[in-house]
Amino acid sequence: MLKVDHINVYYGKIHAIKDVSFEVNDGEIVALIGANGAGKSTILKTVSGLLRARTGSISFHDETISHTEAHKLLAKGLAHVPEGRRIFLQMTVLENLEMGAYIRKDNFKSDIADIFRRFPRLEERKNQIAGTLSGGEQQMLAIGRALMSKPKLLMLDEPSMGLAPILVDQIFGIIKELHTAGTTILLVEQNAEKALAIADRAYVLESGRIALSGTGEELAASDKIKKAYLGG
Amino acid sequence: MTEFIQTLVSGLSLGSIYALIALGYTMVYGIAKMLNFAHGDIIMVGAYSVISTVALSTNIPGIVAVVVSIVVCAVLGVTIEFLAYRPLRKAPSLSVLITAIGVSYLLQNLALLIFGSQQKSFHLDFFDAIKPIYIGDVLINGITLITLVVTILIMIALTIFINGTRMGKAMRAVSEDKEAAELMGISVNKTITVTFAIGSILAAVASVFYGGAYKYIKPTTGSMPGIKAFTAAVFGGIGSIPGAMLGGVLLGVIEQFAKAYISTLWSDAIVFLVLVIVLVVKPTGLLGKKISEKV
Repeated sequence: MLKVDHINVYYGKIHAIKDVSFEVNDGEIVALIGANGAGKSTILKTVSGLLRARTGSISFHDETISHTEAHKLLAKGLAHVPEGRRIFLQMTVLENLEMGAYIRKDNFKSDIADIFRRFPRLEERKNQIAGTLSGGEQQMLAIGRALMSKPKLLMLDEPSMGLAPILVDQIFGIIKELHTAGTTILLVEQNAEKALAIADRAYVLESGRIALSGTGEELAASDKIKKAYLGG
Repeated sequence: MTEFIQTLVSGLSLGSIYALIALGYTMVYGIAKMLNFAHGDIIMVGAYSVISTVALSTNIPGIVAVVVSIVVCAVLGVTIEFLAYRPLRKAPSLSVLITAIGVSYLLQNLALLIFGSQQKSFHLDFFDAIKPIYIGDVLINGITLITLVVTILIMIALTIFINGTRMGKAMRAVSEDKEAAELMGISVNKTITVTFAIGSILAAVASVFYGGAYKYIKPTTGSMPGIKAFTAAVFGGIGSIPGAMLGGVLLGVIEQFAKAYISTLWSDAIVFLVLVIVLVVKPTGLLGKKISEKV
């Protein structure tokens, strides 16, 4: 579905992503894990067109998207929930969901109802300004907003960041549910334990390079990963 | 009392002109995060477009000249954005600011070259078509009346556009978070183009009222109302649309009252003094939003 082929990304002179290749197949949950600053978010931003790779190519459904403008990718079925949620804080919850459906020309009322069924908290607060929501609610809104475009691939950047443990469990539960419902997921996480537990496959990033890859189970069992990321 | 109400009416009328121009500053700032210092000169171009169109033939109705001016300004605003500002989208804001000042001088000097430094008389047929009305002893002449009515209608239309239409919502999204808007499938470049077009159209309308009120135009005509309107936008809270409306109207009223009751000579100084006081008390302006840090 998504194929990232030997990309190199720079911030000015800083070589942030070094020769990274990976792929996400239809129906998978793939996790990118690694320490802070390893380049996880940079990769997602490059896939969604907010950053450009200097070399290498990215294709989605066998179509090269390395040079496609970011705003055209959502229509192709690629949605990105960015780090820090980035919901529109001055708009209401409902308006945020409507922004998620910006590219749609059909009637999306029933999809809003679906989102509210999945996240009842959002329905209770639908006319509230999004800036007044709690961190967990904001993350649910960010995911709900991305789902409004009915994406084929959902890319989630640190969905558990800054949330209380009980909310982290809830968010991972939602990710699993979305996967069961047929959405392919590319998940970036610092919480390696949780991410590996739900991922079909995972890639470990170290200073902009892929250091290891394997199935979620293999990596969770590997000594190196245990030492570096799982506190054991 | 008559003098008080008369001053209030002329203040509201002048304030509406400032408000129309201030909307252009504030919308461009809110969406492109830049101060477009060439915005005032769009007014000048608008005014010259009007009188040049009228001068073509004796039987061209004023309203046609206004439409021509609106089209010229919209095209000019969009072209300036495309040629001068878009290449600097990722440049430091100081580079953009200097470019805007450069564009301002370019427009003024082009006008000087084409129309000369002599001031030209500005008059349109429909200014006289509406007869002055008296409310008690207060006289409201035709141009004042048109200015007030048209400005109110434009502000209502703009509010509906921003809150109710797809494009308006895209503009609000872009002004809040460009990257997130882009991820929603909104073309940030297209949104900025539309913003420049709307701002320039409002400037063209303002140029008609400004010309109507002052009767004469010259190549530097745009700078003073431009600076005042920029002040009005800051006064109301830059980036806020209701703020620009309120700031513009208040600025016009304060200016006219200062002229009538304190001193004509000092009126501008008093206007800017009020701005300084407002900014000391409330740095974000009257209706400006506090920028909350993202956690």
